[in-house]
Amino acid sequence: MSVAILFALIVAGIAAWWLIASRLTGKPWEKAQSEADNEFAGAALAFAPAQVGLWMFLAVVTSLFALLVSAYGMRMEVGDWRPLAMPKILWLNTAVLALSSAAFQWTRVAARHGEAERVKGGLLASGVFAIAFVAGQLLAWQQLYASGQFLASNIASAFFFLLTGLHGLHLLGGLVVWSRSTARMWGGRAKLADIRMSIELCAVYWHYLLAVWLLLFALLLSRTTLRNLWLGICSAVGYGP
Amino acid sequence: MAYVAITDRDVHLHDPQSFVTKYIWSQDHKVIAIQYAVTAIAVGLVALVLSGVMRLQLAFPDTFSFITPSNYLQSITMHGMIMVIYLLTALFLGGFGNYLIPLMLGARDMVFPYLNMLSYWVYLLSVLVLMASFFVSGGPTGAGWTLYPPQAILPGTAGAGMGIIFMLVSLAIFIVAFTMGGLNYVTTVLQARCRGMTLLRMPLSVWGIFMATILGLLAFPALLVSAIMMALDSTLGTSFFMPAMMSMGRQLAHDGGSPVLFQHLFWFFGHPEVYIVALPAFGIVSDLLAVHARKNIFGYRMMVWAILAIGCLSFVVWAHHMYVSGMNPYFGFFFATTTLIIAIPTAIKVYNWVLTLWHGDIHLRVPMLFAIGFIFTFVHGGLTGLFLGNVTVDLPLSDTFFVVAHFHMVMGVSPILVVFGAIYHWYPKITGRMWNETLGKIHFWFTFLGAYAVYLPMHYLGILGVPRRYFALGETAFIPQSVQDVNVSITVAALIIASAQLLFLYNIVWSLFKGPKAAANPWGATTLEWQTPDTPPRHGNWGPHPPAVYRWAYDYSVPGAKDDFIAQNEPLGPAADAADGREARS
Repeated sequence: MSVAILFALIVAGIAAWWLIASRLTGKPWEKAQSEADNEFAGAALAFAPAQVGLWMFLAVVTSLFALLVSAYGMRMEVGDWRPLAMPKILWLNTAVLALSSAAFQWTRVAARHGEAERVKGGLLASGVFAIAFVAGQLLAWQQLYASGQFLASNIASAFFFLLTGLHGLHLLGGLVVWSRSTARMWGGRAKLADIRMSIELCAVYWHYLLAVWLLLFALLLSRTTLRNLWLGICSAVGYGP
Repeated sequence: MAYVAITDRDVHLHDPQSFVTKYIWSQDHKVIAIQYAVTAIAVGLVALVLSGVMRLQLAFPDTFSFITPSNYLQSITMHGMIMVIYLLTALFLGGFGNYLIPLMLGARDMVFPYLNMLSYWVYLLSVLVLMASFFVSGGPTGAGWTLYPPQAILPGTAGAGMGIIFMLVSLAIFIVAFTMGGLNYVTTVLQARCRGMTLLRMPLSVWGIFMATILGLLAFPALLVSAIMMALDSTLGTSFFMPAMMSMGRQLAHDGGSPVLFQHLFWFFGHPEVYIVALPAFGIVSDLLAVHARKNIFGYRMMVWAILAIGCLSFVVWAHHMYVSGMNPYFGFFFATTTLIIAIPTAIKVYNWVLTLWHGDIHLRVPMLFAIGFIFTFVHGGLTGLFLGNVTVDLPLSDTFFVVAHFHMVMGVSPILVVFGAIYHWYPKITGRMWNETLGKIHFWFTFLGAYAVYLPMHYLGILGVPRRYFALGETAFIPQSVQDVNVSITVAALIIASAQLLFLYNIVWSLFKGPKAAANPWGATTLEWQTPDTPPRHGNWGPHPPAVYRWAYDYSVPGAKDDFIAQNEPLGPAADAADGREARS
């Protein structure tokens, strides 16, 4: 559960920093503080509610994956762990997801500059790459299944299907939003200004899912347990046995 | 694009007209709050009846043919799960959170009203799936509310086939609903406050609900993960939690799973869940005490910090639920220490409540009775928590009625007393009518004294070593005959309080139609929800102009003020200076 605790500590750290920054030591009943407080315009952060909402959602998803990684790490330390040979296609999938994320970033920049035609192309490219990634993941599942590895066959394979499945589901959720915006843009039912926020949010979400995938992939490839990894880091910086 | 604060934006007040958009597919936070509350209370009544089934069996074994060992355990399971999640969590956050956050913060609505509506309907779906599990073959799961594997999905346990699947699916749906609502509450608190409403001007109710929502958002994923993994174990034959084992003389196909992994995941959710229920209660009770004692809350800043500290600490105490699973002594030592540390901010809160009453102008109205009753039950439940937080004391007591008494006192009775207090307190604002005072007082005394009649003797049973979860005790040398008599008296008390709740329901429903019209601010409260132009507040809450806030939430008994209090939205002036002078003296 160390990963989960680490995650909780990071969240607590961010919260503490933010609370100190928002003067949680003030004395709201005193007149001087009252006069300062009356200037407050109402929002804690200079972002749209949808953006703040998305970050909160990403915190929730991070909690989900941190707990799964914790569970994976704890299970890995038990003696009978037999690692799973990763299908080679996952490397290709990783590259495709990175391309999708890059295309979304490109679209985001084009949207900020108000270039509607580029946005149309960018949206299409990001979506096609993302769909290709999902297809590639399904192919990887198919290959494992063909080689006799499925959910019930052993614990490493069960974790593989669970982690990739949940990651893929999150990407599919993003693709629902993507398909709505893209359809409206290509069908001429929306101007660029109408879907700009949607592009901003999707780009952040895509980068986030790329980061999650890179961490998960590294974890799935890794032959060392998290505990040994942690001990290795500690001894590398001079605190280890 | 330049950012415009929400309060400064032009809004088009669309007032939904048709019955369907106004009361059913409503995006108004107040209607959604009432939908949440009514559903939660309705499903809570089911859980109340189930507790009656358990009590009948414990007091009169071998009497009722309709109570079998299986449906006794099914009653335990469904009672626990419904009360903790589908009643308390949904009522505090979906009900009070929805109603109070926008009104107390001067917002027109939640920031994502459509998502908010969806949250309720998904919650209703989770309730329906849970209720459906009563009717599937084999009945609902009887695994205990903690659903520990491997027994939860083994054939010997009631509902191990369909029942447990329905439970897990219902929980997953609930978590989706909660996440939709929770993102709304947090973002609204952060981004949609009115002009002048700094974080430290928020009433403590909002602080409690805000922190509880954050805990929920971070902790519920643990339950989701464990529900998904257990559902896979049960349906597709994976071995996340299922070790290689024999069951009913057969070798199972599972191999290599870890039941303790489930316990870690479950309690990583389960302990914060205690505070998801407790923190809103802490916040609300602070406001009830301040209003009805006509005094500013003692140590407001410390109350806020304590809420934050409790919230953070609640993530590092989970394994104190697992002492009996066997663990490294250092591990147990760590969790015992963090558990005892959490008593410090909690004690600060209790002292501050008591000190708020000190020299207050206490009005013993019904909401205040419930608030003071909460202090009693919470202190009792909290103190036995100190017993159980120690590994050596916990080990012998863990599987006895002592634990049942402890957690019912601290997270059953206490939050429920606050729920009642809060409903009585805000009822005039929500409905525009006043309830019957006498009926309210009778309801309080039955509930409060009844809670003691039920749970105090249970501590004694626990210390005697009477085990919990047992269908019948049978012939046991260390359990004297008097245990049976105590069980009878507990059951009689429990049935009496359960029926006393009918008074509450009658009072609430009768007053809705026949109660006298309530004034806009009957308690003389300072917070914004009492300053709305209409009672009950209309769609959009504030008419054409949203309020601005000029002071903190607790200016009570102000010398020289017109009404002995100054509302938060009253501009600074001579009265404010008088308030300032009072603060300097105290």
